[in-house]
Order: sequence, then structure tokens, then C-alpha cells
Amino acid sequence: MTEALIAALFVFVLASFTGFEVINKVPPTLHTPLMSGSNAISGIAVLGAIVASGAKEWNLSVILGLIAIVLATINVVGGFLVTDRMLQMFKKKASS
Amino acid sequence: MTDFLPTGIQLTYLVAASLFILGLKKLGSPATARQGNVVAAVGMLLAIAATLLDQHVLNFEMILLGLAIGSVLGAIAAYKVQMTDMPQMVGLLNGLGGAASALVAVAEFWRLLQHGEAISIDANISMLLDVLIGGVTFTGSMVAFAKLQGIMSGAPITFTLQQPINVLLLGSYVVGSAFLIVAPHNLPIFLAIVTVSLVLGVMFVIPIGGGDMPVVISLLNSFSGLAAAAAGFVVMNNMLIIAGALVGASGIILTEIMCKAMNRSLVSVLFGAFGTGGSAS
Repeated sequence: MTEALIAALFVFVLASFTGFEVINKVPPTLHTPLMSGSNAISGIAVLGAIVASGAKEWNLSVILGLIAIVLATINVVGGFLVTDRMLQMFKKKASS
Repeated sequence: MTDFLPTGIQLTYLVAASLFILGLKKLGSPATARQGNVVAAVGMLLAIAATLLDQHVLNFEMILLGLAIGSVLGAIAAYKVQMTDMPQMVGLLNGLGGAASALVAVAEFWRLLQHGEAISIDANISMLLDVLIGGVTFTGSMVAFAKLQGIMSGAPITFTLQQPINVLLLGSYVVGSAFLIVAPHNLPIFLAIVTVSLVLGVMFVIPIGGGDMPVVISLLNSFSGLAAAAAGFVVMNNMLIIAGALVGASGIILTEIMCKAMNRSLVSVLFGAFGTGGSAS
């Protein structure tokens, strides 16, 4: 295994533990917004898509990368906006 | 792809990763949830901006066009959707994220194949995992969306030989992967792996009832995080690995919490249709 892979595995495992620890005692009303918010974060795949379509030429890799950019951006933008709409509604409900 | 990214990009990634952790933490409590969502969104914006500065990224016009199209479509979808349709909306968005991760692996495979470059075992395993997890997330989320939206019946779909077929599919994925690890430059086998992964996603979700779909979407959300992390290993990008691992791990915990809130176990939700106990509840 290369040094870069070892470093990447360390990052992966430590970030996983952080992910386990960061979620606890979430009230049931927040389950869907939390799912939706973390879903938006998983749209981070857009970074991979940007790197994949970075070459200034036309080939299948670049085209697939560009499709991936569109899909992942829908995930990111839609995800954060939908989460905000859900949370906004809770606030209105609570105040009315 | 393995050369070290410039310091500025790395430091921006570090800030973005911290914002993601902070945002997730805040999303878990009612008073700070909305703020947490904004914090995570800022993290995402920083991460995307930093990646555009990568020296390998030259194709600016097309990339910005892609980002613009995605943003507009995402915003329209987010504002048009009915409040009652939120779970399936999340499922649909999640599926797109999974598809994007899988496409990154396919694009990278094609690039390596075209340039006749050697494909290392590390990169190969990362691509195979990315295709599997991303593919299952994509088709699984689409089935979950269809069930909740009423496009297909919410009832569990079971048929004879379903279990043997699933085992056969998994087996062919394993055999195909082993073959690719020995002889990486084989496009037909790679495409077969992609197809098997997509079919597995459908097979995974159809036997689960519509009422359990929110739990399934939460689990698939965790998968899409893992798919993004796998894509991170494919292009060797720490930011993808961190954010993917965060979502993967927190998604599993959230799925478990949701199951507990419904007085179900994850096993009974996933395999209830096969008569392993949970079908009565």
C-alpha cells in the first residue's frame, strides 16, 4: 500500500468516529431534517466530479464528470434548501 | 492524481471539514438546527470554491455551467416540493448524489483505460467499491422514491427464488471484481459490474414496505456518504473522504435512532419480508 493510501485510511477512520460521536439524543422531529442536511453534505461528491471533468478536452470521462457535477449540485443545493424549508416550518409551528 | 494539493486548498478543506462537523452537531438540536444547516452549506461552498482552484481543473466554462444547471434544478425542486412529500424528495436527491459518486468512478476508469495507464490495486478496489455503493444508492433511492410517491405499490415485493438471485448477483459482483483486480483493463467486465450494482440496489429495496421507507432512505443516505468517501479514494481527495465518512457514520447512527423510535430493529426493517420475525409488527 502506498503512503498516500495509508494517510487516506487514517483520515477515513477518524472521520467515521467523529460521525458516530456527533449524533446523539436527536429528538424525533429533527430526524428528517438531520437526514436531509447530512444528505446535502453527501453531495460533496461534486468535488470528485469537478476533478474528473477538469481536463480541457472532450472525451467520455469529461462528459460523465459533467453529468456527475449536475447531479451532485442538485443534491447539494436541493438538499440544503429543502432542509431549511423543513426547519423554517418547525419555527412557525412553534410560534403560532 | 496523487500529487499533493497546494496548501491553500488543503487549509480551505480543513475549514470546510470543521464546518461540516459543527453543522451536523448543530442540526441535532432544535434551537440550533437551522443555523447548523447554514454552517454546513457554507462549508460546502468553501470546498467547491477551493476545488475550482486545483491546477488540474482547466475546464472552467463547462464546470461552471454544470454547477449553474444543477443549482437551478435543485432550487426549483426544493421550492416546488410539497411539505408532505419531503421524505421522497430527500430520497430522490440522495439517489442523485449516489449516481454522481458512481459516475466519478466510471469516468476515472475510462480515463485510465483511454490513456493506457496502469491501474493500481488501490485505485481499482476504490473504483469497484464506489461503483457498488454508488450504484446501490442510486437505484435503491429511486425505488424508495417511487414507492413513497405512489409511482409503484408500497407493498413489499417478494417472489420465488428472490434470495438465490440476490446471492447470485452478489456472487457475480465478487467474481467480477476479483477478475478486474487481476486484469484491470477490461471494459465489458467493468460495465457488467456497474449493471450488477444497479440491479442490486433495486433488489435491496423492493422487498421493503412503503411504511419503512424513511428508515431505508436514512440508510441509503449513509451509503451515499460512503460512496462519496470511496470516490475520495478514487481521486485521492481528503475532503471527499472526510465528508463522506462523516455522513456514512452519522447516517448509520441516525438510522438506528429512527428504528428505535419506531420500536423496530434494523434487521426486521430490511429483511422483514423474508419472514425473519419482524413481519408481524
